[in-house]
This record gives sequence, C-alpha cells and structure tokens, in this order.
Amino acid sequence: MEKFTTLDAIAAPLLRINVDTDAIIPSREMKRVSKLGLSEGLFAGWRYTAPGSREENPDFILNQPPFRDAKILLSGQNFGCGSSREHAVWALAEWGIRCIIAPSFGAIFQGNCVRNGILPVVFDETLVDSLASQVRADPANNLIKVDLVRRIVTAPDGQEHGFEISDGDREMLLEGLDAIALTLRHKQEIQAFRDADRGRRPWVYLD
Amino acid sequence: MTAKSLFEKVWQDHVVVPETDDTPAVLYIDLHLIHEVTTPQAFNVLRERGIRVRRPDLTLATMDHSTPTVPVTSLKDLDVVAEGSAARQIRQMIENCREFGIELHGFDRDTRGIVHVIGPELGATQPGKTIVCGDSHSSTHGAFGALAFGIGSTEVGHVLATQCLLQRRPRTLAVNINGQLAAGVTAKDIILALIAKIGVDGGTGHVIEYRGSTVAALDMEQRMTICNMSIEAGARAGMMAPDETTVEYLRGRPMAPQGADWDAAVKRWLALPSDPGASFDREVSLDASALEPMITFGTNPGMAIPVTAAIPERYSGPSFRKAMEYMQVEAGKPMLGKPVDLVFIGSCTNSRITDLRQVASVLRGRKVADNVKMLIVPGSQAIKQQAESEGLDEVFRAAGADWRESGCSMCLGMNGDTVPAGQLCVSTSNRNFEGRQGIGARTVLASPLTAAAAAVSGSIADPRTLETRQ
Ligand code: SF4
Repeated sequence: MEKFTTLDAIAAPLLRINVDTDAIIPSREMKRVSKLGLSEGLFAGWRYTAPGSREENPDFILNQPPFRDAKILLSGQNFGCGSSREHAVWALAEWGIRCIIAPSFGAIFQGNCVRNGILPVVFDETLVDSLASQVRADPANNLIKVDLVRRIVTAPDGQEHGFEISDGDREMLLEGLDAIALTLRHKQEIQAFRDADRGRRPWVYLD
Repeated sequence: MTAKSLFEKVWQDHVVVPETDDTPAVLYIDLHLIHEVTTPQAFNVLRERGIRVRRPDLTLATMDHSTPTVPVTSLKDLDVVAEGSAARQIRQMIENCREFGIELHGFDRDTRGIVHVIGPELGATQPGKTIVCGDSHSSTHGAFGALAFGIGSTEVGHVLATQCLLQRRPRTLAVNINGQLAAGVTAKDIILALIAKIGVDGGTGHVIEYRGSTVAALDMEQRMTICNMSIEAGARAGMMAPDETTVEYLRGRPMAPQGADWDAAVKRWLALPSDPGASFDREVSLDASALEPMITFGTNPGMAIPVTAAIPERYSGPSFRKAMEYMQVEAGKPMLGKPVDLVFIGSCTNSRITDLRQVASVLRGRKVADNVKMLIVPGSQAIKQQAESEGLDEVFRAAGADWRESGCSMCLGMNGDTVPAGQLCVSTSNRNFEGRQGIGARTVLASPLTAAAAAVSGSIADPRTLETRQ
C-alpha cells in the first residue's frame, strides 16, 4: 500500500451531503475481479452525459481542468454512506484521490480508506465550506496542504487546522502497513482463544 | 457485577486482544459469509501471500449479487443469460471456493439464496456469534442477538486469513419501541419511521439494540427486516435480545446445534439479553401504536413519510432540491396516487415467506394494473419452494406478476434486472439512492403490503384501503 505522509494538492469541492457508495461507483461498473480499471466507473452517474456512455459531462467538477488533477476531495456530511463496496475506495484511489475532507463519513467507507492509503479528515461543515470557497477563488493555485505526521491541514490562507486520527490508523497510513501482518503477530493469542472457546461453545466449530 | 448490555456480552466473548488507545481490539469472528462481488480481490490477497483460508468451516459461500434470476442449471446456461463480466465474477467465485476448500451454495444447490437470507435459514446465524460479510446488510443477523456487521474487501481477506478482525469498540444506542402495531403496519414501516426520525447518520458509530414490547411480539422475519436496515441509519450493527421466538426459529435447522450441544447453546443464548439497568450511550423511543404505513419520497431512506401524508416543506438546501428534482416530486404534495411503473418485491429486507404471503394476500383475486410491471424475487431457493408448495406462485402469476429464481436482483440492478431510466419503482428493498436500481431509476421504498397495493392500484396506495384475502 502506498504510504501517506504529506500532500500539497488541488482540492475539488463536491459539497453534497450523504454521497453514497452507489454514487461513487454504481454496481454496473463493479463487475471486475481485480481492482484495476475501476476509476473509469468513478461517479459514473454524474460524470458522464448519458447512461452507459463515456462522454464527459462538463458540469461535473472532476471533469473541469484544474480539478481533474485534484488529489483532495471536499464534501458534505456522511460521505461514503451505504454499501460496503470497497470498489468505491479503489476507484477513488486509482483516479488519484489521496485525502477526503468532510464533516462525517460512512463507517465502513472510512475504514476502507485507511486500508487503501486514503486519509479521511473530519472537519466541521463551516471549516469545509471555508476551505471550499478559498479553493474556488483560484483552484489551480490555492492548494491545500495535508501533514499526517503533525496531523495538520493548512488552508490556502495559511491557517493551520489540526485533525484527529487514531494512532493505529495513522501508523497504518504512514507506514503503508498491512492489517493481516499486524494481526498475525497475535497468532498465539488467536490459537489460545480458539482452544478455550471450543470448550465454551463447541457448537460453533464445524470441523 | 455491573449490568451489561447484549452488545457488551457478545463483544467481550470475542476479544482476543483488548483494544488500547493506539490499537484496535483483535476480535474473533464466528461466521464469515461470502458472495461473488466483494471477494475476488480478497482471494487474490491470499494467493499473493501464499496463505490458506484459516477456517473454511466457519465460511459460508453463496452467489446472489450478480446472479441471474432466470433459471440456470449449468454453467453453459450462465453464458446465455448473464452478461460476460457478471458470468466471469460467478465463475471466479466457483473457482475460488474450490481452490480454498470452501463449501459453496451454488447453482446446483437448493440452499442457494441471498447471503443474509440463507444464513438464518440454514441455522448458521445464531445468538451470541460474531458474523461478518462483505456486504453492509450483514446487520440483518443481529435479529438473533448476534453481533453482525458489514466489512470491506480488504477486511474480507483479513478474516479469510486470520478469522479475526481489528475493531474499535462502537458506542451503543438503545431504540425502545413500544405499543401495538395497527393493522396494515409492519416491521418495514417501523424501521422507515425510525430512520426518518433519527436521520441517515443518526446511528453513526453506534450499535443499535432494538427493544421493547413491539420488538418482543414480532416474529423472526419481521425482526430481520428491522435489523437489516440499521446500516441505513448509519449504524455499525443492529441487535435484538434472543428469546423463545429466536430459539423456536432455530430448532431443527440444518446448521443449528444438535442434542446436548443444543441444550447448552440455548442456555447460553437465553443469558445474552441486556441485564436490567445496563447502560447505553444514547437512547431513543418510538411509539409503534402511532405508526402508519410508510413510503419514501426522496433519494435516501430517511426521506420517508406516512403513505397518506404530504411531502414536508421543512426540508431545504441544494441536496434536498436535487433529490426532489430527481424523484420528480414536490414538497407539500402527497405521494398517494402517483402513477407507478414497476413494483419489485424482493431483497434481503423483504423477500422471506411471510413477506410473500402478505403480497399474496393483496394480489389474490386481483390483477396487477395495466401500467405496472411487477417482479417478485424470493430471497432463497428454499423460500421459492416453500412459496410454490403453498400455491403462492399461482396467485402471483394469475395476477400478472413475474415470479423468479432467488437473488439480489433489482435491489442493486447488477444482474440485468434494472429499472429503466425515469421510471418509478415501488420496491421492498432498502436503498432508494439515485441510480441504485438502474440509471435514472426512481425508487420508492415501502413494505410488501404497500408495494402490492401499488401494483394492483397502478399508483401509490394505502394498503389499509384494500381488503386482504388469505
Ligand atoms: S438484496 Fe440488496 S441489500 Fe441485500 S445483499 Fe443483495 S444487494 Fe445487498
């Protein structure tokens, strides 16, 4: 997984609330058995002019020149709610998004972000709105800086805003760590748990 | 001893390594349900590392999301009826299960069905278990007093490899539901009313425990309908206390414990309900006796109103206006009487036998209106057989509805069953998101009774105005 330390990038304001994972990637765009190529289906319902077509809708923000290169997304509350599909995060990651700033996130989506090198930052609505209007004033030059080491986002106006992230998630992103390897460090505890549990609840085990 | 909630008991029973400020808990998983759409990438992770599935016996596999709902008996049929990419996903699932030694409830099995329908049906879903699946409606299984939640594909790989998950302990929300339901009002109406009340992020970060006299009086299928949509309130999971209803449902099911194990299991299950005085981080209440049949009017499940009410004017803001435009509805006007193009009965929310009996009670001796197409998709092959043995399929066909094989079907429109652009579909599923059922599809969520009433009326109708026939 790609490590995340700092970012200095164009941000795209997509200030809708409750952007669900069906909107991020519709199910019809998910019939792949690998992660590659999913970005083609990113926001397909909004990004293209007609159902099934690949003709871009010029009104959609990610189709507009400076925002095409955005690595940061600004959005409304409950971003990524709905379906658990990790395809939503894979599509965003492949497209180039590394950080999403919103007042709140769908829980499964938020976890999926961290596991795929995307940093979810929670800021209140007023702050997200303020970042969005600063960015809009000059999208190509008013970049947002994200520093995961210091847990700080620097707005285009130079103001610094601290954000919260658990140490575990931060480490996973900073080191590009992998949860399977982390968990397998506890192999012995897992084995001991299972042996004891088998005595308590033999009916759960079917082998 | 301090009083513990149902959630706390199940959580504590599964902690392998406790959580700290820096690290999440390592939580043991008792049952892992898998399906064809969210697993191919997870199996690839195992292959890349050369690891095997840790506990094939605790992994239950089926095919539901992109599978056709027209009969498929061999893989040859598949290429005829399924789109190439969907067929590839299905073949990959068969291959993955074979390679990793997982039992697959596939096309050749009459146990196949929607993953959240067959878990309970087989008796694999049990009180006190931790259950996960790469699907957000895993919360369904909480109706049995299990801690069940949806996970992403990377986590699917994690569970396959370790039979554990890294989890932060969620907060708890008690939802007290009391009072007797009026005729024509069902579990679906309860959960839609609750989401309308607390909002689509009202349960974020929480595990809900549904309690109270109304919940205790519901059968297991209705309980599952409520827990199923916990995710639509943003909750991590929904749970209900196991009781005699739960035990009776599970007795004799193929994967339920047998003999002495059964007795020991029941004893343990019935000790799981929250202790008197157990505390919750939050509580809300709902008076079930005041509820009416509910329908949605917007593009998230919280935008729901009683079927006879007008769309409230209190909503404002650009997101709301977008939703109203998309749905072609207006504030201040009722949904009642709005012409309907399609009616879909199905999904893990409402596709079980009692749901189908309710639909039949409305369709019996009536016809689906000329302007309406109606699709009825049972939740599993077993439910299909049961319905056919009761003659429900004949009621459906006689009314002019289309009766299919089991699967997710039009709930997410991945298998070719989609709602054409601009058409209005009354659906018993759980999500009315923009484009969920097809590009430009307009979805109205409702109970099976309300959906059936719309089918025979040709427009959105109050099921209480139609006499039901058993
Ligand atoms: S029926 Fe719908 S909600 Fe349920 S598992 Fe299938 S796609 Fe998901």
